[in-house]
Amino acid sequence: MTRIDAKFAELNAAGKKAFVAYVMAGDPDYDTSLEIIKGLPGAGVDIIELGLPFTDPMADGPTIQLAGQRALDGGMTMEQTLDLATEFRRVDDTTPIVLMGYYNPIYSRGVDKFLIDAKLAGIDGLIVVDLPPEEDSELCIPAQAAGLNFIRLATPTTDDKRLPKVLQNTSGFVYYVSITGITGSAEAEATDVGPEVTRIKSKTDLPVIVGFGINTPEKAHNIASVADGAVVGSAIVSQIAAGKPVADVLAFVKSLADGAHRA
Amino acid sequence: MSNDLFNSFMTGPDENGRFGDFGGRFVSETLMPLILDLEAEYEKAKDDPTFWAEMDDLWKHYVGRPSPLYHASRMTEELGGAKIYLKRDELNHTGAHKVNNVLGQIILARRMGKTRIIAETGAGQHGVATATVCAKFGLKCVVYMGAHDVKRQAPNVFRMRLLGADVIPVTSGRGTLKDAMNDALRDWVTNVHDTFYCIGTAAGPHPYPAMVRDFQSIIGKEVRWQLEEQEGEGRLPDTVIAAIGGGSNAIGLFYPFLDEKSVNIIGVEAGGRGVNAKMEHCASLSGGRPGVLHGNRTYLLQDDDGQILEGYSISAGLDYPGIGPEHSWLNDIGRAQYVSITDKEALEAFQFSCSMEGIIPALEPSHALAHVMKIAPTLPKDHILVMNMCGRGDKDVQTVARHLGFDMSDTEEGRSAD
Ligand SMILES: Cc1ncc(COP(=O)(O)O)c(C=O)c1O
Repeated sequence: MTRIDAKFAELNAAGKKAFVAYVMAGDPDYDTSLEIIKGLPGAGVDIIELGLPFTDPMADGPTIQLAGQRALDGGMTMEQTLDLATEFRRVDDTTPIVLMGYYNPIYSRGVDKFLIDAKLAGIDGLIVVDLPPEEDSELCIPAQAAGLNFIRLATPTTDDKRLPKVLQNTSGFVYYVSITGITGSAEAEATDVGPEVTRIKSKTDLPVIVGFGINTPEKAHNIASVADGAVVGSAIVSQIAAGKPVADVLAFVKSLADGAHRA
Repeated sequence: MSNDLFNSFMTGPDENGRFGDFGGRFVSETLMPLILDLEAEYEKAKDDPTFWAEMDDLWKHYVGRPSPLYHASRMTEELGGAKIYLKRDELNHTGAHKVNNVLGQIILARRMGKTRIIAETGAGQHGVATATVCAKFGLKCVVYMGAHDVKRQAPNVFRMRLLGADVIPVTSGRGTLKDAMNDALRDWVTNVHDTFYCIGTAAGPHPYPAMVRDFQSIIGKEVRWQLEEQEGEGRLPDTVIAAIGGGSNAIGLFYPFLDEKSVNIIGVEAGGRGVNAKMEHCASLSGGRPGVLHGNRTYLLQDDDGQILEGYSISAGLDYPGIGPEHSWLNDIGRAQYVSITDKEALEAFQFSCSMEGIIPALEPSHALAHVMKIAPTLPKDHILVMNMCGRGDKDVQTVARHLGFDMSDTEEGRSAD
C-alpha cells in the first residue's frame, strides 16, 4: 500500500473528496518552491503533484511551459527535484507526492536508477504524459515493480474500446483529463465530466480524479461533486508567476481546497 | 542480399512502430486514438490502387515527377574522381522534395474526412508545400513556424500567406522548429475531430516515420530506373548521399537501396560551427545520444539531465535537435554512415554548384554536396555517386549574401527581410 492508497482509504472513511494541487518543482526558485510545497498540506491539499521541469512540455499551455522555463533557467535539475521531495519528507511523511512530467529526463537518468532514487526521495506515484499504455514496458511495469503507482491519464478521446487498455496497468488513481487540449486552456464543465467519470468508474474500482481547466473554488467544487476529487495546476502556477508572496499563494490554494472539500 | 528475406533492412518498423529500439509512440493519451486511426487508414490506403493512382497522377501533372537524374559533368571533371549524378528534386513544384510527402498525407486526410490541416515548418519549405496542396484542395491550413525562422525565411512566410495559410509565429520555448512542432502537437490535442497533422519529416510517432518514408521513396525508386536508363541494365549507384534535417529526403533516396549491399549510404548532418561541446551544430547522430521527443525515441541533442538543446545551423531546414528514428537505427547497425559538414563548407559547396552547373541549391543539399566534394576526388572514375539535390536556393539567397558579405540592403528584397 502506497501513501496514495492510504490517503484514499482515509478520505473514503471520512466521506471526503480529494483535492490535488500541481506546482512546478523549482518555480520560481528552489527555496520558494520548497516553502510552498511544505505549506500545501496545511492549506488542505491531499495529494501533491510535483511538476518535473522539461524543455518541451507538449501537453502544457503557456502557464506551465513558462513555469518549467523559470525552473530550468534557475538551474533546476532532476537531482534537485528529488531533493525537494526528500526535504519535504522530513516534515511530512503522509501526504502523497506524485511526480508529473515527460519521459526524457527519466530515460536520460536511466529508468532503474531513477526508480531507486525516486522511491528513496519519498515519491509515491508517477504521471508521465508521453507514455501511453502502448509503451508500458518502458516505465509503467518497472515502476509498479518498484512499488510506485503509475497513474494514467484517461481523456475524452479514450473510447470504450480503448478504456480497458488504459486502466489495465493503472494504479493509485485514474486521472481524467476533462478537455481535449492543453493545461490551462478551456474550462471544464461538470455536466460534461460527470457522465465520463461514471463511464470510467463502471470499469474500475480506482478513484477517478479530474484535472485540466479547473481554476476557481466553484469549479473545484462542481467537478469534485461528480468525481472522487479535483486537480488544479495552472491557476496556482499563475499566482506564483505573478510573484505573489507564499502566504497568498497558500491562501488561494486553501480556497480551492475548501471548494473541493465542500463537495 | 535482396533475396535473403531474413536479413532484409526493409521490413521495419515492427507493429509497435520500432526500428530496433528507436521509434515508438510516445504521445499523450489524447493523441493515441488519433495516431492509431491514422495508422489503420494508412495501412488501408497503402494497399489501395486508387490511392496510388491519385498520387501518381498528381506527382506527374502537378509536381512534375519524375524529377531528372542529371549527370553533373563539369563537377565530375573538376573534382576528378567519381561520376556524379544529381537527383533534381529541386525542380519539383514548390522547389523541394517536401511536396512528395505532403501530397500523400493530404490525400489521406481527405480520405479520412479531415477538413483542417496543420503543419510545422523550419525553412518554410514544408509549410509552403502544405499551403500549396491545401490551396489546391480547398482545405484550411495552419502552419506553425518558430518566430526566429519567420525572420530568417521571410520570403517563404509571404508565400504561405499568399497561398491562403495562417502562419503562426511560435514564441514558446526558444522559437525554433522544435517549438513549432510542440505547438502543432498542442493544436492537434485541442482540435482532435477535424484536424490532420501533416508532419514534414520522417520523424514523430508511428506511423509518421514509415509513412513519410514511403511517400519520399519515390525519389530512390526513380533513381533506380533512371540510372539503369543512362548506365545500363542492372547498374546500381555505388554511393547515395543526402542531407539530413529530420531525414525525409535522405530516407526517400536510401530506402529502395537498403538491401543492395554494394550501395554505400551516406547521410550528411549539419555541423554548424563544428561538432563541439557548445552544441553549435545540429548533428544529432555525431553529437547527441538516444532520448525521447516528439513521439519517438531517437538520437537527440540534449544535456546530461535529459533537457533538449537548441541546435545551430546556417540552414533553417536542418536546424532540428533530433533525427528520424530509422536513421538512428541504420546508424547503430552500421548500414548507413553519417557525417557532418560545417556552415563554411556548405557555403563553399553552394557557390561550387552555382558556378559549375548553373544550379542554385538550397543550403540543405549544399551540405550533401560539400561531402561529395570531399569524397569524389578519392574515388575511381567508374564509381557512381548519386546525390539528392532536394531543394533550390531561392529561399536562401539573402542568407548567403549576408554570409558572403554582399550588401543587399539597397534592393527591395533586402529591405523587406528581417
Ligand atoms: C530543401 C530542404 N532539404 C532538406 C530539408 C531537411 O528535411 P529532411 O531531412 O526531412 O529532408 C529541408 C527542410 O526544410 C529542406 O527545405
